[in-house]
Amino acid sequence: MSAKRNITLNLNGRDHAVSVEPRRTLADAIRDDCGLTGTHLGCEHGICGTCTVLLDGEPVRSCLMFAVQAQGKAIRTVEGLAEGDDLHPLQESFMKHHALQCGYCTPGFLVLAAGILEKDPDIGDDALAEALSANLCRCTGYANILKAVRAAAQEMRRR
Amino acid sequence: MATEKTRVLGHAVERLEDPPLVTGRGRYAGDINFPHQLHMRILRSPHAHARIKAIDTSAAEALPGVFAVWTSEDIAELGPVDFRADRASEILKPYRQPVLAKGRVRYVGDPVAAVFADDAYLAEDAAELIVVEYEELPVITRADQDPGEFDTGFGTEAALLTHTFGEVDAAFAKAHKVIELDLLTGRHSGVPLETRGAIGRYDAARDVLELHGAAKVPHRNKDTLVGMLGLQPNQIHVHESHVGGGFGIRGELYPEDVLVLVAAKRLGRPVKWIEDRMEHLMCANQGREQRHLARVAVDETGRILAMDDEIFHDQGAYVRTHGSNVANRTMCMLTGLYDVPAFRAVAHFRLTNKTPCATYRAPGRFESTYVREQLVDAIAAELDLDRITVRRQNLIPEDAFPYVLAFDEPHVGNLEFDSGKYELLMDKALEAFGWDAAQEDLARRRAAGEMVGTGIGLFLEEGGRGPSDGAIISVDAKGGIEVVTGGASLGQGFETAMAQLCAEGLGVDYKKIRVVHGQTDRIPYGIGAHATRATVLTGGAVYQTALTLRAKALDMAAELLQTPAEALDIVDGVVQKRNDPAGPTMTLGDIAKRLAPGSKALGGRAPGLWAEDFFNPTETVFPYGVHLAQVRVDPGTGGITVERFMVAYDVGRAVNPAMVEGQLVGGCLQGLGGALYEEFAYDEDGQPLAVTFADYLLPTMGDAPAIECLITEDAPSPLNPLGMKSAGEGGINGVGAAIAGAVNDAIGIPGAVARLPITPQRLRTILRAAQQN
Repeated sequence: MSAKRNITLNLNGRDHAVSVEPRRTLADAIRDDCGLTGTHLGCEHGICGTCTVLLDGEPVRSCLMFAVQAQGKAIRTVEGLAEGDDLHPLQESFMKHHALQCGYCTPGFLVLAAGILEKDPDIGDDALAEALSANLCRCTGYANILKAVRAAAQEMRRR
Repeated sequence: MATEKTRVLGHAVERLEDPPLVTGRGRYAGDINFPHQLHMRILRSPHAHARIKAIDTSAAEALPGVFAVWTSEDIAELGPVDFRADRASEILKPYRQPVLAKGRVRYVGDPVAAVFADDAYLAEDAAELIVVEYEELPVITRADQDPGEFDTGFGTEAALLTHTFGEVDAAFAKAHKVIELDLLTGRHSGVPLETRGAIGRYDAARDVLELHGAAKVPHRNKDTLVGMLGLQPNQIHVHESHVGGGFGIRGELYPEDVLVLVAAKRLGRPVKWIEDRMEHLMCANQGREQRHLARVAVDETGRILAMDDEIFHDQGAYVRTHGSNVANRTMCMLTGLYDVPAFRAVAHFRLTNKTPCATYRAPGRFESTYVREQLVDAIAAELDLDRITVRRQNLIPEDAFPYVLAFDEPHVGNLEFDSGKYELLMDKALEAFGWDAAQEDLARRRAAGEMVGTGIGLFLEEGGRGPSDGAIISVDAKGGIEVVTGGASLGQGFETAMAQLCAEGLGVDYKKIRVVHGQTDRIPYGIGAHATRATVLTGGAVYQTALTLRAKALDMAAELLQTPAEALDIVDGVVQKRNDPAGPTMTLGDIAKRLAPGSKALGGRAPGLWAEDFFNPTETVFPYGVHLAQVRVDPGTGGITVERFMVAYDVGRAVNPAMVEGQLVGGCLQGLGGALYEEFAYDEDGQPLAVTFADYLLPTMGDAPAIECLITEDAPSPLNPLGMKSAGEGGINGVGAAIAGAVNDAIGIPGAVARLPITPQRLRTILRAAQQN
């Protein structure tokens, strides 16, 4: 325990002024201090990728970072994928291809895939599967997730 | 009924559940908060077996922000976590788990004390300040070692269970050959991506205790809690929200669920508990760990004369909500799809100093299919017969249904298989896989030095067991439809399936239906979502209720449209004449208005456009399937690559084929985890060795083969009007069997794989031993 610090987290383009202990994880700050509960926690030790967010465009595990380390960075979460009522192509594609069941890992996969595709829109199938292997899903067997991300990549290139 | 345009039964429509889930607006247990809530942290035992000599909580209590610290003395009046009402067994009651350990801890992770504090981080700090003095006791880590003492007068073999039929000893005496195997299934579990969570809240204004974060069996847990807490049924309600995967282990009643309720009431503040992953891997129900000494008697042609199995079932430290159910299901499903004239299974149901076990997806069936199919492979190898031929001649034939397994034990219920075309499905699967061509191809590859092979697992499933479930469907004045069920959603697409069934029965667009589940204050009874019941049982109730409501709507419409009800149809929520769709019509919303209380149109009718009905099936449905696997073994590392995997499954009638496929494919990969990677290992002191995802290996996308899926509807169930069977657990059932068979085939040593999971180290040991011989 130690004194709280006042920091500003920029989430999906909006500043959140919060007061957190230095040891508070970014994931907890996003969820409990900023109220964006779409980012889920699956293991809190950096393996499952459920808590993935984009930090200046890079996918990171928000359970492995302290909130104070994210000050001054642009943080994007699943809530920042849609533009108003217009869903992101990845979100539409996940629904269309039955790429989710319980939905708990889904925000992490969506954010991870967005990070991958925004960086490399023409990524090959093998490299895509390898990159998506960073996250765990316990329901789907992954086939539909890969299918959905591939279809969304096509759609994103088309737009 | 609905038009073809909106008729969705049997169609792979998009799920109603998805929009909030893909936008981050779901509401899982961790997302539920109440003002002024306290956070609970459990201090857990670091020892597998020890006497608690003293607990000093003073330093923890002194920490600012800590509201209370409890040990078992603070809840002395509270009994152990009870069995579900329908599973009570007097002889197992002494083995139930106390909510907090009383004088003795029995596994690493056993709850010893609970801290309640303003903040979750602070609660964890405080738990570290509790000082417990332990005296370590001898540890039992295996069910096949000599039993010890659980407590004064109670041994660690809590029960010796048997299932028998036919003349077993006579069959073995006259057998052409007797084949014996010694097989182990490793300890693994569901491990959903969302850990457990429970939020207790006492609303003094209404005198209602609420449990949030529930799953799987909210109504049954409510019943158990009513008994444990001495409440009236209307003083407690259980609420399910989104659930991040269940797989049988989540949603059972655990000590933490009881604690948050007792604390919320006594401390006067809501209490939230969210399990961390390490706790989950030490404390949530595990399963599968059994040793089987199995024998089979055969004649010269490979026909099975009798099976005999002695099982050592590792129950872990306590008997949880299911009693001895997993051991019993293991035994009664052992003969599977085969016509076995005589059978005997004896299960030593034993306590050890490891995490307690209970049901994990296809409980007892993953284990028994592994054993049975290994026996059948061994028959083929021993008699030099083809694996498929041996299976073919032992399958229960099509004309034998309903096929009854009648056990000698009076307390063991008979199994009555409702329908099946087992050989047809096996042949369809073999053809779709290209089995014969694969054998030739693999023979060439083996000749070129590769270690490759195929395996097959035939499996029987069960589901839709009664006795009863109900539904309430109502139409509001604007035509909105609400389906209230006592079912539960664990991510399987429950809302979509129920909406599809309601749409079919009533004649409405499934997207306009709102489905309620897991809320004990909305419907008095509910079966939940377990044992692959939801679509058949709750879905059967929804379909039946939709038909009842349809009749009610048409009765009113007949009078208003001056047309006999049988000449009317409901299409997309609009009542129209069958022979004159363009003529006068009425919406269901209009009819609801006419049926409002006080309406002049009511006549003698009861007010409201709503209906409640029940589905009461007398028997269980038995779907079945085939798993086929092709693997390559790396002799250098012992690594196994699954080159191909197929599941073929007869579901009777698929409500939503994409969701059925999702269940099957997801189940297959989960099964591959248990066959190849996942294991809760313990050292000789009972210390768990897999308490992170670095040690407990869930399959990743990189590990996942492209799983081929063949869904058939060749044997609809005669037990419900739509012919539905169930799909939740078939995906995982025969995976261990098929993979073990494929590895044996690849390395050319029948029966070599005697233990799951088949890790590279274990396979290397097998290969080295073979080389030395």
